[in-house]
Amino acid sequence: MDRDLISRIAGLARLDTAPEQADKFALQFREIISYMDSLNKIDTTGVEPFYSPSGNISVLREDVCRATHDRKDILANAPRHDGKYFIVPRII
Amino acid sequence: MNSRTGTLCATRDLILTGQVKVLEVVQACLERIRQTEPAIGALVNIQEEKALERAREMDEHGPDKDKSLWGIPLTLKDIICTSDLPTTCGSKMLENFTPCYDATLTRRLREAGAVILGKANLDEFAMGSSTENSALKQTRNPWDLSRVPGGSSGGSAASIAAGQSLGSVGTDTGGSIRQPASFCGVVGMKPTYGRVSRYGVVAFGSSLDQAGPMAANTADCAAILKVISGHDPMDSTSADVPVPDYLSSLGHRKDLKGLRVGLPAQYWEGELEPEVDRVCRNALEQVSLAGAETVPVDLPHAPHAVAAYYIIAMAEASSNLARFDGIRYGYRDEEARELMDMYCKTRSRAFGEEVQRRIMIGNYVLSAGYYDAYFKKAAQVRRLIHLDFVQAFENCDLICSPVVPFPAFRLGEKVDDPLQMYLLDIFTASLNLAGMAGITIPAGLGDQSGMPVGIQFMGPAFSEELLLQTAHVLENYLPPLPSPRALNE
Repeated sequence: MDRDLISRIAGLARLDTAPEQADKFALQFREIISYMDSLNKIDTTGVEPFYSPSGNISVLREDVCRATHDRKDILANAPRHDGKYFIVPRII
Repeated sequence: MNSRTGTLCATRDLILTGQVKVLEVVQACLERIRQTEPAIGALVNIQEEKALERAREMDEHGPDKDKSLWGIPLTLKDIICTSDLPTTCGSKMLENFTPCYDATLTRRLREAGAVILGKANLDEFAMGSSTENSALKQTRNPWDLSRVPGGSSGGSAASIAAGQSLGSVGTDTGGSIRQPASFCGVVGMKPTYGRVSRYGVVAFGSSLDQAGPMAANTADCAAILKVISGHDPMDSTSADVPVPDYLSSLGHRKDLKGLRVGLPAQYWEGELEPEVDRVCRNALEQVSLAGAETVPVDLPHAPHAVAAYYIIAMAEASSNLARFDGIRYGYRDEEARELMDMYCKTRSRAFGEEVQRRIMIGNYVLSAGYYDAYFKKAAQVRRLIHLDFVQAFENCDLICSPVVPFPAFRLGEKVDDPLQMYLLDIFTASLNLAGMAGITIPAGLGDQSGMPVGIQFMGPAFSEELLLQTAHVLENYLPPLPSPRALNE
């Protein structure tokens, strides 16, 4: 876990990390991840992963139209919009 | 009336019998907020005018006996959506965000007659154990202003301890209701996963998050839980399980006779600070005096809960927080000219350091080559922790344990050491992994620090009724806390 790896992870997470912050994170992540590595002491061979306590898997419902929110209410929180669409910076 | 001494249930009775007006109750809380807020900083947004207006309207039409929280002033942790107040999540990212809808639990509270007074401070996106990670303000413990209130629902806990409102709803992903409740000397319940709808509760760890009541006593928590519980088609993980009348069923149990309370060695033989150990062992004596039988139980994987919890919570957080892209809501960095640059600048400038840390570690444990070693491994250990609880509950009805190994610590004491902060969840995180229910009640004051210390009961899925009854009985055996020292002058 070094500055380069931190920068790579930051890229995956769409974050900019300044070099001094990357160094600090590298130290902290080393400590945190080595603590997480303690799970390796547990034999989990054949143990089914537990991803959710909910018993509801793929709840189905009728596919019917219904009103939810007004466009103007949704757009009201957008940093930039033209009354109809979200406005984003140049993509290509 | 003095809102500091009132309880939710007693106040409701006074309102329903016409002895006080809703307006008087709301005014008393607002006055208490004016007195205490400069010292404790528990609330990020206060809705004074609207609350008074609503109180006047209610007094014209009511009281309505069918509405179980008629005229009751409450606060909500500021991660719970409110259509008439900003929902900031304690983050610069959402500082100016007002949702266009109410969370299901907000709607249910309003329909039951509650008056939402304001929004309570929290660690940014509920990530933290001291409320020091809020980007908006610092909250202090009403018992000692140099100490943290706990977190992440620290604003809710401090606010109730200071008598600013008659209850609050917090969220608990790894202990975030129970730990601040313990640090501030109030009652807090983490319901079973699926008991309370998560619709409109901003997601942190989706398979762990659960909203729950916080209040001055168990009966008040029962009254709030009854209202916010129940199936919601808008949350596919909410459970279609009948909701008991938690409040009226409290009277069904006068003592703890016949109850088997499990004591896991992993929680009782760890490194408890001596004053916490003394308070908790006294509470155990009261459990026995109340008629319960205590039995040893084994939770062999409990020591691994924090590691498994943080892998899963960070992985889920990294995915959930991907939605903050500066396009649809929240902050956007306007300097960037190109899309990818805008994403990165927006997120780096608006997320605090702890949130960035968790998003990055979450990405790491989910990334190719590490997924099996971390995320899948943690989910397997989660299965073993769940099985531990299932097996323990074959030999006992409830499990009793400390909440935190020590009382509220000083502001700044742990803020530079993330791992030490994570280890605070040692006695609380496994319950979230298992998806089961728990409650914290005040057990007394530490004889060294003078700070409140809580005791925790944990139960199987949907055991809220038994947990509340047990806590309610025990409340009468435990010493009542005085009012918070730092606010007495």
